[in-house]
Amino acid sequence: MNRRTLLAASGLALASPLLSRNVLAQQAQITGAGASFPNPVYQKWAEAARSAAGIALNYQSVGSGAGINQIRNRTVDFGASDAPLTAQQLTEANLLQFPSVMGSVVPIVNIPGVEADKLKLTGELVADIYLGKITKWNDAKLVELNRGLTLPNLAIAPAYRADGSGTTFVWVSYLSAVSPEWKEKVGIGTSVRFPAGTGARGNEGVAGTVKNIRGAIGYVENAYATTNKLVTTQLRNKAGQFVAPTQAAFVAAASSANWNVPGMAANLIDQQGETSWPIVSPTFILLPKNPTDATRSLNVMKFFDWAFKNGTQMAQELEYIPLPNTVHDMIRAAWKAEVKANGQPVWTL
Amino acid sequence: MQQAATLPLGAPMDAKPHRTASPGRFGDTVFSAACHAAGGFVLLLLGGIIVELFIGGLPAFRAFGLPFIWSTEWDPVTEVFGAGVSIYGTIVTAVLAILLAVPVAFGVAFYLTELSPPWLRRPVGTAVELLAAVPSIIYGMWGFFLIAPIMGQYVQPAVIDTIGELPLIGELFQGPPFGTGIFTAALILAIMILPFIAATMRDVFEQVPPVFKESAYGLGCTTWEVMRGVVLPYTRISVVGGIMLGLGRALGETMAVTFVIGNANRISTSLFGPGNTIASVVALEFGESEMGSLKLSALLALGFILFVLSFIVLAASRFLLRSRLKA
Repeated sequence: MNRRTLLAASGLALASPLLSRNVLAQQAQITGAGASFPNPVYQKWAEAARSAAGIALNYQSVGSGAGINQIRNRTVDFGASDAPLTAQQLTEANLLQFPSVMGSVVPIVNIPGVEADKLKLTGELVADIYLGKITKWNDAKLVELNRGLTLPNLAIAPAYRADGSGTTFVWVSYLSAVSPEWKEKVGIGTSVRFPAGTGARGNEGVAGTVKNIRGAIGYVENAYATTNKLVTTQLRNKAGQFVAPTQAAFVAAASSANWNVPGMAANLIDQQGETSWPIVSPTFILLPKNPTDATRSLNVMKFFDWAFKNGTQMAQELEYIPLPNTVHDMIRAAWKAEVKANGQPVWTL
Repeated sequence: MQQAATLPLGAPMDAKPHRTASPGRFGDTVFSAACHAAGGFVLLLLGGIIVELFIGGLPAFRAFGLPFIWSTEWDPVTEVFGAGVSIYGTIVTAVLAILLAVPVAFGVAFYLTELSPPWLRRPVGTAVELLAAVPSIIYGMWGFFLIAPIMGQYVQPAVIDTIGELPLIGELFQGPPFGTGIFTAALILAIMILPFIAATMRDVFEQVPPVFKESAYGLGCTTWEVMRGVVLPYTRISVVGGIMLGLGRALGETMAVTFVIGNANRISTSLFGPGNTIASVVALEFGESEMGSLKLSALLALGFILFVLSFIVLAASRFLLRSRLKA
C-alpha cells in the first residue's frame, strides 16, 4: 500500500516537469542580453509578461559590451546597451536602436553628521573631486556652498565602478558635460581612467565602499540608492537650482528631451528646467533590421509593446522613468518602417 | 586466489581463452588508445589555450609593441593600453602574500609535526586542509565587509601615523586609509595560500627519516635545533617548491582580489594605495569589451602574460621538487 502510493507519487513527480514544459512550450521564447543598468525592470517585465502576454523573455545581464557582441553575432534576439551606438555602428551591424526606459544616477556620500539630501554639490566640484583636485571635505569651495552644514576636516575618498558599466557611462557623460577639464583629461566611456579614488565591483561594491570609508563619495543608480537608503546629495542643475534626487526631478529632466535624433539617442544629461535632475539617461534596445527568424523578432516587439502599455507602473516602482507615450509611438513607427523580413515589415499592428 | 589460479589448468583450453583473449586484446587496445588520447588532450588543450590567447592578444601586441609590458597607461576612452600597472600589482601582491604567509605556514607545519600532542594533529591538520576548500568569493566578501573596514578604521590610520612618518620606509605606508588596497589584497591572498604551503611543509617535514632526528636529539639538540639543523636542510628544496605552488595560486587569484584591491590603474608608492592585478582587470573589463576591439585584444594579451607568469612559476616549482625526488 505504502509502496504503491510512493510509486504513484514518484510517477507524478516525474510527469510534472513534462506537464509544465508543455505549458512553457505554448509561450513564445525570446532571448536578450546586455546592459545591467535596466536589468531589474527587464526582469520584472519578463515575469509579468510571461502570463499576461504569453512571451517568456530570458534576459541575461552580461554588460552592454557583451550584449552588443551577442546581437552582432545574432546569438540573441535583441541586445541592450546603456551607451547608444552611433548611426554608423548601427548601419554596419544592420541594427535598429530604440530606447526602452530611462534611469538616473545619484551621488552618495559618507560624511559624519551629514544626512540624506542635505549636502549641496555642483557638477564642477564633483568633477574636481574625481579629478583629485579637491581632497578635503572642508575645502573652501564646499564650505562656501554648504553654509548650514559643518563639514569635517576629512579626506575625500572617491569611489567608482571598477567594472565597465552603463552607470559609469552616464556618470562620466555628466562630468564631461559640466567640466571641460574632465572631458579633455578623462572623457566618456563605460570604463574610464579615473585619476583618483578607489574602484569597486557593481553598485553594491560602490555602496559598500562608501559605507565603509568615512569621507567617501560614490555614485550608484537611483533605484539602488533608494532601496538601500543611502545618503544621497543635492546637485545644481543647468538652471542654477539645487535639486534633490526625486522622481519628480527625473521626470522633469526627461520631459524636455529631443528624441528625433539618429538612433533615438536623446541626450538627457544636464537638461534645462528649474526642477530637472541633471543625471538622467535612457537605455537602449538593439534589434536586427533583417531578422533571421521573423516570429522571434515580432515577439520581441510584442514584448516591448506590452511593456510600454502595461509596464509603466512597474518601472516607476523600481525608480525608473517610463518613456512618454509620444516616444512609444515613434518606436512603433520605427519598427514598422525598418524591421523587415523578405522585404515585408514584421511589425504590422 | 588459490582457486582462481588453479582453475584454468583443469578447464578446457578452447572455451575460455577464446572468450577472454580477443575482447581482452581489443579492450586493451581501446583502453590504451583512450589513455593516450587523454594524455594528448591535456597537451593539446594547454597548447590551444596559449596559442588562442596569443592570437587574440596579437592586435594589442602589434599596436603597442614590447612597451605594452611596462607601459602604465590604461585608457579605454582613447584606446591606449599597457600592462605595467597590472603586472606590477600581480607580482607585488603575490610576493607580499608569500612574505606574510610563509612564516605562519612554517609555524603551523612545525607545530603539527614536532610540537602538538598527537591527538590534536588530525583535527588541526584537517582544519588547515578545509581552509583550502573555502571558495575564493567567500574570502573576497569576508575581506571586503570585515577586513577592509578594520584596516581602514584602525590598522591603517595607526600605521600611517607612526611608520608612515619615518623617512624612506614611510613612503610605503602613506596616503588616505581606504581600507582596501594592495596591502589588504596581499593579506587576503596570504590567508588563501596559507593552507597550501602549510600542508606541503607538513608533508615534507614528516618525510624526514626519524633516525636523522633521533640522532640529533641523541646529541642533545633542542627541538628548534633539530628543525633548523636537520629537518629544514633536508627538506629545503621541497619547501621552496611548496611556496612556489602558493605563489602560483596567488598570481592567478581573481575574485577575492577584485573585492579588496581598490581597482585603480595607478602605481602608488604606498602599499595602502589602490592598484589592480592582471586577473582582476580581465574579470572586471571583459563584459564591456566589444568583439574585435583593441580593448578585448589587450585583455587577451594580459591573459597571455599571466599564463606565461604562472607557467614560469609552476615550472620552477616542478623543477625544484623534481631535483629533490632524484636526490
